[in-house]
Amino acid sequence: MTLGQTVRSSVGQKILMAVSGIMLSLFLVVHGIGNSMTFFGSKAFNAYAEKLHSLGFLVPLFELGLLAVFLLHIFLGLTLFLQNNQARPVRYQMEKSSGGRTPGSRTMPYTGVVILIFLVVHLLNFHFTDHSIPISDIVRNVLRQPIYALFYLSALAVVALHISHGFWSLFQSLGINHPKYNATLRSGSLGAALALSAVFMLIPLCTLLIKEFLR
Amino acid sequence: MPSTKIDINLKIWRQENPDAPGSFQQYSLAGLSTDMSFLEMLDVLNEKLTLEGREPVAFDHDCREGICGMCGAVVNGQPHGPEPGTTLCQLHLRHFRDGDHLVIEPFRARAFRIEKDLVVDRSSLDHIIQAGGYVSVNTGGAVEANTIAIPQQIAEQAMDAAACIGCGACVAACPNASAMLFLGAKVSQLALLPQGHPERRLRALSMVGKMDELGFGNCSNERECEAACPKSISIRHIARLNREFIKAALFAE
Ligand code: HEM
Ligand code: SF4
Ligand code: FES
Repeated sequence: MTLGQTVRSSVGQKILMAVSGIMLSLFLVVHGIGNSMTFFGSKAFNAYAEKLHSLGFLVPLFELGLLAVFLLHIFLGLTLFLQNNQARPVRYQMEKSSGGRTPGSRTMPYTGVVILIFLVVHLLNFHFTDHSIPISDIVRNVLRQPIYALFYLSALAVVALHISHGFWSLFQSLGINHPKYNATLRSGSLGAALALSAVFMLIPLCTLLIKEFLR
Repeated sequence: MPSTKIDINLKIWRQENPDAPGSFQQYSLAGLSTDMSFLEMLDVLNEKLTLEGREPVAFDHDCREGICGMCGAVVNGQPHGPEPGTTLCQLHLRHFRDGDHLVIEPFRARAFRIEKDLVVDRSSLDHIIQAGGYVSVNTGGAVEANTIAIPQQIAEQAMDAAACIGCGACVAACPNASAMLFLGAKVSQLALLPQGHPERRLRALSMVGKMDELGFGNCSNERECEAACPKSISIRHIARLNREFIKAALFAE
């Protein structure tokens, strides 16, 4: 089997899905830690942003890499979704779970697409925008509008749903499964997914509800 | 539990042949003993249909004791019905209630062809076995069976995997019609034992390749298969298949 055949096979695609999923998850963790600077006030947050941008050429390099990983993950996710739909051309009249699926697992492709739409809006809000004012003000101006705060909160809930399955699923895809640590892995990955999402969701919530947040 | 009599309303998929369109037909059966198995209920229905001069419902079965893997249909959305770890032939009417409505459908997947009514051609699973689910043994004098020591835990794991009866319920239950639990069980069983080692690399690659070629879907770790499997095969074996595949594809000599 050549490398090309390997990555096109069903298990190969799942491995790429898991590896890109890990990279996106790590990005999400780092992004979450960075964003939690907002809880320490606008000064801390702006200082962090400045520090990040002082890394020079590393920044666009990292952005391009991240974009590539996203594109791979999205392309593969949609390919798998379409292939899987074709694998059962005639559906059942009655569908009932035998007990394996979770709300996260059954919605992966749909939550994925919602995340994609969210990403576009998110980048337009904070990346492709006028950067002559401090980043804390940019964030504050957007998230103080209830409509945007609500949009961010719902989109982040969708991210939570996606990673509630994804954080566990990637281990299984890579063959990591053992009765010794399965229970820990399951609750640990779910806990991590919820905790990470909570950090992100606190930001629009605080901006909307606390007058002085990011001032 | 004393046996009682119940009435059951059935809605069964009827299809003349692989190319006919097919449709659901309704039947009502009264006074069925709760000691009866699901297949015996279908026997009762078929006797009635035959006496009425109508075509009986075609369904697969053989051992009727849960070991051959021939039987199987989707009952109210669940392959082999609602009882965990039970084949359709071992499912009894005591698990149903008087007046229940049951929808009975064949296992559905692109890689499974409906032959007639509930009878499904699952030979695609045999083709996957032919692609590598075996060990090659040299002819000659039989080797003493206990020459190669196998740790108890390994033997138990291999036995758990070998419990797969090849019924195809995992495919039927999988939202993606993937055969990964079946493959996982077969690859695992042989990868665990020394006799399976010489061919383990090729086995993982060619069996996965065959599964893809036959039009099964991709596993997305929904875990419906292990919940529906009448032998309760664990997705731990899918993880082992994934490890076998990764090792074979990326690290093998
Ligand atoms: C921050 C963004 C994202 C993160 C952290 C993330 C993370 C993950 C992880 C960890 C998995 C599990 C991989 C596995 O099962 O081995 C996964 C699966 C998946 N992701 Fe994402 N993802 C993100 C964005 C997206 C986007 C934008 C899409 C767009 C379509 C998407 C579609 C999917 C699909 C369809 C699956 C399931 C694939 C399968 O199991 O067949 N994801 N994701
Ligand atoms: S893994 Fe279970 S459900 Fe799948 S074929 Fe084997 S016995 Fe049937
Ligand atoms: S008829 Fe043999 S397993 Fe059901």
